[in-house]
Amino acid sequence: MKKLFTVKNTQIWKSIFRHGPPEDRRNRSLAVLANVFLHLHPVKVRSSSIRLRYTWCMGGLTFFLFLVLTVTGILLMFYYRPTVEYAYGDIIDLREQVPLGAMREIHRWGAHAMVISVWLHMFRVFMTGSYKPPREFNWVVGVLLLVLTLLLSFTGYLLPWDQLAMWAVTVGSNMARATPLMGTEGPGTALLVLGDVKLVHAGNDARFFLLAGRFVGAATLLRFYVLHCIAIPFVASILMAVHFWRIRKDGGISGPL
Amino acid sequence: MWNVGSFLRVEKGFQMAEKSDSKPEITRRGFLSWVRAGWIAFTAAAATGSLSAFRFMFPNVLFEPPQIFKAGFPSEYADGMVDTRWKEKFRVWIVREGNLIYALRSVCTHLGCTPNWLSTEEKFKCPCHGSGFYISGINFEGPAPRPLERVRISLAEDGQILIDQTQIFQQEKGQWSNPESFLII
Repeated sequence: MKKLFTVKNTQIWKSIFRHGPPEDRRNRSLAVLANVFLHLHPVKVRSSSIRLRYTWCMGGLTFFLFLVLTVTGILLMFYYRPTVEYAYGDIIDLREQVPLGAMREIHRWGAHAMVISVWLHMFRVFMTGSYKPPREFNWVVGVLLLVLTLLLSFTGYLLPWDQLAMWAVTVGSNMARATPLMGTEGPGTALLVLGDVKLVHAGNDARFFLLAGRFVGAATLLRFYVLHCIAIPFVASILMAVHFWRIRKDGGISGPL
Repeated sequence: MWNVGSFLRVEKGFQMAEKSDSKPEITRRGFLSWVRAGWIAFTAAAATGSLSAFRFMFPNVLFEPPQIFKAGFPSEYADGMVDTRWKEKFRVWIVREGNLIYALRSVCTHLGCTPNWLSTEEKFKCPCHGSGFYISGINFEGPAPRPLERVRISLAEDGQILIDQTQIFQQEKGQWSNPESFLII
């Protein structure tokens, strides 16, 4: 104890932690408020909101899984090359030639678990009525995060570049053809013509935007890789910060009535 | 609004100073019109930038097989056979029945997988969800809602078959009677 006390008196410690030991209410509040990571979280929570039977901790678990997927995903990026030549071989090598071959499995199962936990989180929020005012905006943010989670799942699906990946994405991306006004076969698209020329066709519609081509190919693999590793996690991180912040600003986790 | 107010306080000082050395006067109205023009220019620049970034996602050149290609001479195709030699590269089957030749897209009309021609069972069978099509391209089993699509077929000047995938013909729209959708030799 004496030694720890000495460490806490050093200039280095004091430059990092501006507040005193969290022994009184003020310093306990400052411990949260003065920390960029903790300050998204409320200083005080109701005792009811840490009851596992009420929250299932599903939001927290989802965030935890996101962190697991980020860390394992970054590790996988050290070996995986998103090209037609190498992608499938690199996936096999990740299992056979790299220590801790379970890394890809952790990433894969973590991804499945995250989709499930997102749904369960939404289910809990819905069943407890926590989407109601003043939390209605945060529900909308949550729905956007759900869409991003599904898109992360979908873009990650292609990266092993095996038959399942190829055809699953072929089938899945064909749905984009039916996008209103922006897909070749979508409602209203037939109206977008100049004389005989279709303005929206297979070479410039929503599906083309996703695939970077008329069918799933090398350009699609690279595009999905960038979306999966950079673009979608970037947007999701920003929305998550908003989501957590708004829990605090909208009065904390809702309690039982 | 407070910064406009604080500007006004500055402006009073300006006016008093300017009466003595007669510099061009900055009025509130004039200043605001500059602000407006500035915002319009900024918005236009931001919109142009965003549109360009959006256009960036659509490449000018596709490294995909050409949609129009020559498929050899009609005599190379045997009667009553489905020819699969172009399937892998161009996703097209060429079928000859007597003196009739037509080209079918190897794209399942259910969700876009590539079916296989099963010669012993004389049908196209999709491995994804089990749709089946007769040699004519008509669907008869599985979830496919409509027949396979024909593509434009004609004879080039050198007598070779010319396949043009930019134009498709759908049976359910009555387009298979279009003379460009088949070849009589």
